[in-house]
Amino acid sequence: MAVQGNVQQAPRASFLNDPVVRGIVYQVLVAAVVIGFFAWIVYNTAQNLSAQNKSTGFDFLWQTSGFGISFTLIPWDRTSLYWEAFLVGLLNTLLVAAIGIVFATILGFTIGIARLSSNWLIARFATVYVETIRNIPLLLQLFFWYFAVLKAMPAVRQSYALPFDIFINQRGLYVPRPIPNETFGFVWIAVAVGILACIGIAIWARRRLEATGQRFPVVFTCIGVFALILMLGVWITGANLAFEPPALERFNFRGGLELVPEFVALAFGLIIYTAAFIAETVRSGIQAVNKGQTEAAQSLGLRDDDRLRLVIIPQAMRVIIPPLTSQYLNLTKNSSLGAAIGYPELVNVFAGTTLNQTGRAIEVIAMTMAVYLTISLLTSAFMNWYNARVALVER
Amino acid sequence: MAFVREDLYPAQPAPTQFTGPLAWMRRNLFATPTDAVLTIIGILFLIWIIPPLFGFIAPTFLGGNAVPAGGTVEQCRAEGAGACWAFIAARLNFFIYGFYPVEEYWRPNIVFGLGALLIIPLLWPRAPFKRTNAALFFIVYPVVCYYLLNGGVFGLRSVPTEQWGGLLVTLVLSLVGIICSIPIGILLALGRQSKLPIIKTLCVMFIELWRAVPLITVLFMASIMLPLFMPQGMSVDKLLRALVGVTLFASAYLAEVVRGGLQALPRGQYEAASSLGLSYWKSMGLVILPQALKHVIPGIVNTFIALFKDTSLVSIVGIFDLLNTVQASSSDVNWGSPTQAVSGYIFAAFVFWIFCFAMSRYSIFMERRLDTGHKG
Repeated sequence: MAVQGNVQQAPRASFLNDPVVRGIVYQVLVAAVVIGFFAWIVYNTAQNLSAQNKSTGFDFLWQTSGFGISFTLIPWDRTSLYWEAFLVGLLNTLLVAAIGIVFATILGFTIGIARLSSNWLIARFATVYVETIRNIPLLLQLFFWYFAVLKAMPAVRQSYALPFDIFINQRGLYVPRPIPNETFGFVWIAVAVGILACIGIAIWARRRLEATGQRFPVVFTCIGVFALILMLGVWITGANLAFEPPALERFNFRGGLELVPEFVALAFGLIIYTAAFIAETVRSGIQAVNKGQTEAAQSLGLRDDDRLRLVIIPQAMRVIIPPLTSQYLNLTKNSSLGAAIGYPELVNVFAGTTLNQTGRAIEVIAMTMAVYLTISLLTSAFMNWYNARVALVER
Repeated sequence: MAFVREDLYPAQPAPTQFTGPLAWMRRNLFATPTDAVLTIIGILFLIWIIPPLFGFIAPTFLGGNAVPAGGTVEQCRAEGAGACWAFIAARLNFFIYGFYPVEEYWRPNIVFGLGALLIIPLLWPRAPFKRTNAALFFIVYPVVCYYLLNGGVFGLRSVPTEQWGGLLVTLVLSLVGIICSIPIGILLALGRQSKLPIIKTLCVMFIELWRAVPLITVLFMASIMLPLFMPQGMSVDKLLRALVGVTLFASAYLAEVVRGGLQALPRGQYEAASSLGLSYWKSMGLVILPQALKHVIPGIVNTFIALFKDTSLVSIVGIFDLLNTVQASSSDVNWGSPTQAVSGYIFAAFVFWIFCFAMSRYSIFMERRLDTGHKG
């Protein structure tokens, strides 16, 4: 008996209980509240601004700034315009962030690996470093480096002399200034040729290893070839890199490269602080690689360096890179604390001095936030691309 | 019948190569030549750093050079004097209470004591009455604190927030920040997981905006633009502005922590909740969130540590938190000495370190505790 009753239709919920209808209603409500809130804010702001007789708009960017900045990468004087101040701040932020990222990575990886060292003393040192630095606010550390260390340095005449003609005193750090001669550009070409040669050797060596199983000492050969090409290039073109050491004159140093104490303190503080977090990232990344992977590599008969290079590091990097990138982002954002010790970065020059002089709070804050937002979005776009590339392909 | 030994020989002690401190050193300090070199460098470093550091920090009665509490400024100015703890002791009340009137110190003291009384059983996993405790801490306690500190009711003298300062403000900012940002963060995390496109977009935009910018710009914005956003004639308290900034900032970070917990739950939990016929809010409140939140307690504590350290930034917008009171006192001429600033920074660093280190230990403890449970 083929009783095929009509397929029962799902009972139609009453109009008010239909999830689709409800969803639309909720969203319309939320959107209305948000739009209403913003409209209220805009209305209030307009009222307040007109009551204070303040104008709005970005025309102030083309006005003369009239203030001095202690440390700039582009030419700057009191007649420069506000948009140039914006640029100065942005470049200073990027400079300290770039330097901080490079050195914090080196220090952080060293300490992270040291924490896993089989040497008890070294591992303890690394642990004490990480636990101390991570648990003290960065601003306090910056105050310490700036006010208690650098400002307490001796006066110019009693500067501390460090090796390599580096001097440090109250006014900052003085390092020799490199002076390349006219043909120095060829050195970069020699460097590029050397790198290409090394890549060539590495590819050839790998092919040979795969074909015959014979190893070739790639690293030593590369160093030799690189040095040879560099020396040849320097000898042929007569390139030369002189160093002009800072010299103590009556009241101050002359020559050399002067790094203002604000920059030194900020860079130092950021490197020390971020390195502690990078060290933790590195440690957890290495520990995240299953012990079975080490054993599998050993049972394949891989040598220790091959095991690290081919099995452990690639897997650890997959875990390390995402949090590492967010540490880089944190460092860039934290560089805004330079404002508290007077380093002329974006927040100090633009959201500080410029805002105070022009009173265009909304425009200035919006531009400042937009810069950090752009940096952050670019970084996360890169991260998404990277994660998609290295994601584990599971069956 | 020959002799048959019936009992065992007593065990011989293990060779000295494998036990005892010497073997330990051989294994852990001098395993390879590189290790030996590193160890020797490390020991030399300790010999180089420890005596001067000890001399600087330890007060005279312990054999150091630091001036203990009760010392005079002349002692601190003396040649070779270490840290000036006398200065810290003399300004301790300022570092803890800021400009709070001296005769009203009992009010912050009650707030501190009440907080400790409520938070210890809350953090202790086996303590009973969790629900009541949480309600008291998250709802009743802030209200009581506000009226107690601010005064103006029940015959209490009114103490405006400009007079609050020091550790009190640091704790108020971080506690209120975390208490307010937990519900906002949960709502944002749920919104980000939502299937409704407008709600999802709004939540994503909110979270990503605050996470992308440094806290200092948020504080600048709160302190400069918040008054502009309010209707005319309405003034916003300076501390409140900083609180708004801190809360917005922390809630975005917390939302991401909670989202991690929501995503870590197996799908079956969501499906089980809806097959029971629970509505969205009931399934979230009764099934999903209790499990998700429990799993992210370490993450929430870590966010709180970051927030606690970040509250020091409010000194840039002119609020006298712990760091700012120390910074302001470091130029106090009555205690002017070469080591004055360093002593202040060491003290502040120590206070921050104690709080943050304790919390991070707690976070690790909870992580271990939660790790033993079933996993999805």
